Amino acid sequence: MRLKKNIAVSDTGFVFNPTTGDSFSINQVGQEIIRLLKEEKSVEEVKSNITSVYEIDASSFEKYYFDFLSMLRQFELLDEEDEH
Amino acid sequence: MSIKITVALTGLNNTDNPGPGVPVIRGIRESASFDARILGLAYENLEPAIYMDGVVDKTFQVPYPSEGSDVLVKRILEIHKKDPIDVLIPNFDAELYAFMRSERVLEQAGIHTFLPTLEQFEERHKSNLPEYGKKYDLAVPFSKDITRIDEIGKLKDEFDYPLMVKGKFYDAYLAYNEEQVRMNYNKISAKWGLPVIIQEFIKGTEVNVVALGDGKGNTIGAVPMRKQFITDKGKAWSGITLDNKKLLDLTYKIIKATKWRGGMEVELVKTHKNELYIIEINPRIPAWVYLAVGAGQNLPEALVKLALGMEVEPLKDYEVGKMFIRYSYDLITDLKEFEKLSTLGEL
Repeated sequence: MRLKKNIAVSDTGFVFNPTTGDSFSINQVGQEIIRLLKEEKSVEEVKSNITSVYEIDASSFEKYYFDFLSMLRQFELLDEEDEH
Repeated sequence: MSIKITVALTGLNNTDNPGPGVPVIRGIRESASFDARILGLAYENLEPAIYMDGVVDKTFQVPYPSEGSDVLVKRILEIHKKDPIDVLIPNFDAELYAFMRSERVLEQAGIHTFLPTLEQFEERHKSNLPEYGKKYDLAVPFSKDITRIDEIGKLKDEFDYPLMVKGKFYDAYLAYNEEQVRMNYNKISAKWGLPVIIQEFIKGTEVNVVALGDGKGNTIGAVPMRKQFITDKGKAWSGITLDNKKLLDLTYKIIKATKWRGGMEVELVKTHKNELYIIEINPRIPAWVYLAVGAGQNLPEALVKLALGMEVEPLKDYEVGKMFIRYSYDLITDLKEFEKLSTLGEL
């Protein structure tokens, strides 16, 4: 699961998709997950990273993580069908 | 060193449904190659750009093309005698026919234009879009011309509601039922005449590309944009440049296949399956062209160069994520200015 290469993420959590022109604001946890996705980390790596910093158990994290991914997919931010 | 030229253009109606005149002038004024004197050609006395500071150097009133192509061209030649024009840039679809037909006459008088050919202009007409799609292998929505109000009842055999009701030059409305089609048919036909075009409604995101073709199949520049805020007239109040290769490739393909000459705007809808449908091809520079200038492609300047027969290197780069936001502004002027234009036909 990779984030599209041309997605820009600012330090303030502003995400811009230059292919569609959409922009979003994400919170700090979202920013960290996006950063890890940009580094092409696996689910396990993202999970261990986030659960070591935040008070969340692994199964709850997975549930929220996959929800988050489906949202990224819906907003065409994931590199599945690269139209770029 | 910049070249002194005089450019005459229309589209000074910088209203909530703006013509491209002001952004085209801004692009030309920002050119390092030209020191341009701008002659505004106004159809109406209250077109805002006539009175704006630093936009036009002089304005001349011109007759509407509906009064006859010859009358309009005669007026241009009359202005040219008084105040010689090097380049003429028509900015409205409805006047293009008159200027394309008179291109040679204008050229002989020393007025340069860079317009599409009559064939290019005709074949991309909204009512010809299905054939255009077939000819150039482009995805376009199904559409049909209607010229009688009693044809509306039969539309349900060929279309699903909602559908688009469009004028041959301008205006487009989404209609959810026969009654709405009828209402929009009357509104459009009264303003733009017949036929009225009925077009399949493609659900998705609207994206546009402003482009310039050199008439030999080469794209001189192209910038894609997504409208971020749309007025009740369907016009962009804000937009952002995109990095979208698919959109650009499609534009290059159209320009190459048609050998498009001049400015154009490709209006497309991107469906949720990422398919691109061409809903319109406008045969001139759009009112949002200044976004392209701001993003690094001065297409109005390139158009002037092409009209003057100068070599123009294709513009490939532009800044992605550049935005425009329109605004309105109350300009204060004196009655004597308005009076001068109204009585003398020039200001």
